[in-house]
Amino acid sequence: MSKIDSAIYEIHDMDDMAAMDNPIAALHPLVKMFITIFYILIVVSFNPYQLSRMIPMIFYPVFVFAASGVGFFRGMKKLRVILPLVCLIGIINIFFDKTPVTMIGNVVVTGGVLSALTITLKGVLAVLASFLLIATTGIDKICYAMSMLHVPKIIVLQFSLTYRYITLLLEEANIIFQAYILRAPKQKGVHYKVWGPLVGQLLLRSMDRANALYDSMVLRGYKGAFYVGDKIKIRGIDMAYGLIWALVFLLIRNVNITQLLGGAII
Amino acid sequence: MHMADALIAPTVGLTMFAASGIAAGYSVYKVRLEENTKKVPMMAVMGAFVFAVQMLNFTIPGTGSSGHLCGGFLLSAILGPYAGFLSMIVVLLTQGLFFADGGLLALGANVWNMAFYGCFLGYFCFYRPIMKKGFTPLKLGIASVLGCMITLQFGAFSVVLETLASGITELPFKAFLLTMQPIHLAIGLVEGLITAAVLIFIYYARPEILTNDEMKANVFSLKKVVLTMAVAAVVCAAGISLVASSNPDGLEWSMEQVAGSTELEDSGDGAYEVAAGIQDKTAILPDYALKNSDNAAGTSLSGIVGAGIVALVCVGCCFGFGFFRKRQKKANA
Repeated sequence: MSKIDSAIYEIHDMDDMAAMDNPIAALHPLVKMFITIFYILIVVSFNPYQLSRMIPMIFYPVFVFAASGVGFFRGMKKLRVILPLVCLIGIINIFFDKTPVTMIGNVVVTGGVLSALTITLKGVLAVLASFLLIATTGIDKICYAMSMLHVPKIIVLQFSLTYRYITLLLEEANIIFQAYILRAPKQKGVHYKVWGPLVGQLLLRSMDRANALYDSMVLRGYKGAFYVGDKIKIRGIDMAYGLIWALVFLLIRNVNITQLLGGAII
Repeated sequence: MHMADALIAPTVGLTMFAASGIAAGYSVYKVRLEENTKKVPMMAVMGAFVFAVQMLNFTIPGTGSSGHLCGGFLLSAILGPYAGFLSMIVVLLTQGLFFADGGLLALGANVWNMAFYGCFLGYFCFYRPIMKKGFTPLKLGIASVLGCMITLQFGAFSVVLETLASGITELPFKAFLLTMQPIHLAIGLVEGLITAAVLIFIYYARPEILTNDEMKANVFSLKKVVLTMAVAAVVCAAGISLVASSNPDGLEWSMEQVAGSTELEDSGDGAYEVAAGIQDKTAILPDYALKNSDNAAGTSLSGIVGAGIVALVCVGCCFGFGFFRKRQKKANA
């Protein structure tokens, strides 16, 4: 599957997941957005040596995966983009920070190893949290939450329209690229002699499409305003969900639960 | 060049969010001023276009490898800097949310590193000045290559600073910088060449597209720039100095580690005593506070006075080097 095909598949897959009926999808989008941002803030606020303290933060994605029925491996697939960079930064620390921190049996664990593991875990948790937000909410509800936060309408409308048109333009780019590859089978990418015409043609087609889109919007009464649809009320259960998770995150941030549990057993 | 959430500290992430937010707010204001309802669908489709083009691999001649387009400079050349910047924000938001390329907390940093420099620095420092007297293919090529290469250098430098400020990597500053800057010089060159190829194609096919609203309103108001800078300096000096850290700065910290004190001790020779005496008599605001007072107002006042002195020195230098005279002559001509 080509890079473009894979991107189109991923967008459709995300739409399908967001359309699923589950308890997490039924929650208010603004609450889910706040909780996701708060979760990411707490996750990245742990210092590089607080690996054991950070481990209980795994509860949140595990709970949302279980409650929403979103496939775990679909989420893990998203890690392929950012994880190599995060791991690279982590691995570099192993070479530069050789301060012994603890011992596991006869093996000395250095500060670099600990920070590499912490950074990697942070990367995994942050990506999974963002993925779960989109997989259980969908673009329209995200736009609704953004408009509730008074994000300028122009950005919200643009976000919504761009998302809709990405699939279309990806398909158009795919057609152009496939046609080019069939005529130049030994090329690894687009040859420099056709950089201008190939991308330029796509650009001109996109602009024509934008004009057609504008005309159709005007015919349907568009005057520059953006309507987000029916109002979604924040219910008591939404508030309770947000409040409970916020307290859990603060508890994990301030109390070393892993050590307490370990101490209780040993 | 996408920063990940895991590579950024909350303080750095939120600071970059605020900086990008200010640029976005101003861009929204400028786009709204145009009162062009057609602009939003155009921006949306162009954002989707950049997203699609980013998926294409472009063969780099003579290397056997391939590069891809970032798109900030191209968008600002076609839509203007403000609309281009807003389109890039949406592209980066979509990448972060749907493709896990970037992140929610790192969005502000990514917008700054990839959209701010490409759209504003690239447009105002390269595209508009070079195209001021009309478009030619050569000028489009020069503006694109220079614009993309230099703005990407700024972006890469910001990534280094943000990562180090976040305390994530143990990699020394110099080594990190030497890793990031050269590779992004090559990436910038490829991006510049692709952008140039596309803009030159558009120049021959549909030249009217290149004349965006911002090019038409080619107005540079020195008074506005000076006023904005003055307000920003006063706000920074008065507001931010109130929350300035009382901890030692980098140099003081280093001195403390070496000498055990953040300031030099009196060595007993005459020169130190004479210099200290002069400083004591001439300093209006010793240690950034009012004399015989250490309250916050003194700190703020010292900030404003400092900003004023810097502004005066700058204006003096401008007069000294004849900057205003040159502008006046040009205006008279």
